[in-house]
Amino acid sequence: MTKCEVVIVGAGPAGIACGYVLAEAGVDVIILERGQYPGAKNMFGGIFFADQMNKLIPEFYTEAPVERFVAKKHYALLINDSEVSLNIDSEEHKKPPYNHSYIVRRSVFDKWFAEKAKAQGATIICGTAVTDFVWRDRRIIGVTADTADDDDNVLLADVVVCAEGANSMLSEKAGLRNRLSMRARCISVKEVIELGKDVIDERFGLTAREGAAYEYFADATPGMLGDGFIYTNMETLSVGVGVVISELYGRRNPPSPNQLLDRFKNHPCIRPLVKGGKTLEYSAHMIPMDGFRNLPRFYTDGLMLVGDAAGFVNNSICHEGVNMAMASGIMAAETILANRQERRYDARALRQYEHRLKNSFVLQNMKNSRDFIDILRTHKELLNNYPHLVQDVITSYFKVSDVPKSTVKRDISRMLRSRVSVVKAARTVMALMRGGI
Amino acid sequence: MNIIVCVKQVPDILEVSVDKETNTLIREGVDSVINPFDLYAVEEGLRLKEQYGGQVYVLSMGPPQAIATLRQGLSLGAERGILLSDIGFAGADTLATSYTLAKAVKKIGHFDLVICGRQAVDGDTAHVGPSLAEKLGVPHVSCVIKIHEVTEEYMIAERITEDAKEKVKLSLPGLITVCKGINEPRFPSLKWKINAARTRVEVWSAHDIGADESKIGLKGSPTRVVKMTTPQHHRAGQMLEGPVGEQVADLVSKLRERQVL
Repeated sequence: MTKCEVVIVGAGPAGIACGYVLAEAGVDVIILERGQYPGAKNMFGGIFFADQMNKLIPEFYTEAPVERFVAKKHYALLINDSEVSLNIDSEEHKKPPYNHSYIVRRSVFDKWFAEKAKAQGATIICGTAVTDFVWRDRRIIGVTADTADDDDNVLLADVVVCAEGANSMLSEKAGLRNRLSMRARCISVKEVIELGKDVIDERFGLTAREGAAYEYFADATPGMLGDGFIYTNMETLSVGVGVVISELYGRRNPPSPNQLLDRFKNHPCIRPLVKGGKTLEYSAHMIPMDGFRNLPRFYTDGLMLVGDAAGFVNNSICHEGVNMAMASGIMAAETILANRQERRYDARALRQYEHRLKNSFVLQNMKNSRDFIDILRTHKELLNNYPHLVQDVITSYFKVSDVPKSTVKRDISRMLRSRVSVVKAARTVMALMRGGI
Repeated sequence: MNIIVCVKQVPDILEVSVDKETNTLIREGVDSVINPFDLYAVEEGLRLKEQYGGQVYVLSMGPPQAIATLRQGLSLGAERGILLSDIGFAGADTLATSYTLAKAVKKIGHFDLVICGRQAVDGDTAHVGPSLAEKLGVPHVSCVIKIHEVTEEYMIAERITEDAKEKVKLSLPGLITVCKGINEPRFPSLKWKINAARTRVEVWSAHDIGADESKIGLKGSPTRVVKMTTPQHHRAGQMLEGPVGEQVADLVSKLRERQVL
């Protein structure tokens, strides 16, 4: 049987970051990845908040394969056949370190990041699916891979870090997680559409390596808890929608996720941005939405969960996931390093990992947005009535005609009174302030 | 038993197509894989090692990316991987290739057996194995389908020919080339994958193996490609038309013409 100090399951942002920190400190670490190369099975929308990466590899963006930096942000409410939006366009974001926001493609970026970890001394083995843990005296002491019928497929370690991602079968086997709940999972589908750099620059008003991140709410996924996005790669667009899986059930003729994406792409305000492109890739990904209140246990004797496996995705407007994955990977590594001298990785020693998480933005931000999804779920007006109202108010107010403004204002105030209950709205806002945004 | 297995990186023939204008292979965007026959060679080497002890080395000549093929050999259970890579080796035909491999085998030193696949699926010549044996001055048996007996002095191998099977006694050290069917290649285990990732593939240049520059690469290759053609597949099928009765009569007369009936 082969033995090493630390085994990491999964070469995604969390696993590689963890391996990088450990290898840098001289730990004998092996990362096992199911895909044929690191990044082969990894997918996300496209925006990478990179302050964690910048801590590991300062000014990484000068050598890493990033598509563009996020120069422009665009938050929009899609309503029927129109759009009301907020643009953020700042010269400050166009200078290093580019507001720590980059557009990247995981398959390319993770390959690069993995090479960096290798250069630090980490061993990365691809094409290897971990099937189970090895236990001794109720303690995890290693993993088995593929067909585990002989000792040659067993890898023992002092401690295991599980970075298996959203499809968390191993975490379930470790007893840290319950079976997946459809309420706690979002399905995201994405197309990569080729348009060429010039067309993208012109349509989105960009130059050089400037990029744009467009986020769409309300009728991006009509009547459902979800959103849509367009991110500019160098030569292509990443266009996608995400929807909470349970929203697709309990309906007559529920749309499939790709039908939702097609509907989104054909919205009159979206079509001009994506038209004429050739779809190069189509992918889907599951996003854990456990939320702060339903997080699994992060550790047990000989094991820590990091990234999506631990449910570290912030269900907020900001789509924090990869940065939290990396941060948790780094904190798991720091916990190992702190206990390395005594080689003690039982649950008591690993409790330190939870402390680190609690003292960081990871759990603090998740706590801050702990009720976001539930508020949206119980206050459907946030996704339906209010956006429509905002649209109607704004269109009426800015319409110039022979109707005197005083009449317009009176009409608007009537509209507001008939369509919003002040008490209810105030309650919703209070709830959002308390545990939503 | 110390065994050297020669392997070659080839384009994946399932993906390769032929450029109709130049009659050359379109290699762009095609994955490289280990020559399928060489996989049987590696497997046979590993089985002999497991039975009789010793070590298995994998040896290849090719561009730097052929390191991946040697890593594959290591991940199956070979102890050492050596790549012969040098701009001077480029353009080698089978003569120059077997000379180069022979120089490397001599540099490795002691061996009991060299195993090659019967042929590479890109060139299909089946020259290199036998030619390498000549250059090493050892006997060889080609197209081996089974090994019956191994001692310190000899092995008894069964080879297939077009219409027969032959049992041949081969004195060792010697060389065999192996056919499909000699074994069922294994999947790499985690232990050996880790070993492969942590073992450095040695890269030797023409200078490292003391090769005579006039005998390697294009210079050492008397073979000239005069013309290349792509075989055409002619379909001789014929469609019969008309009412069914006439078609049947037509068919019968055609079959009589060809003396089938």
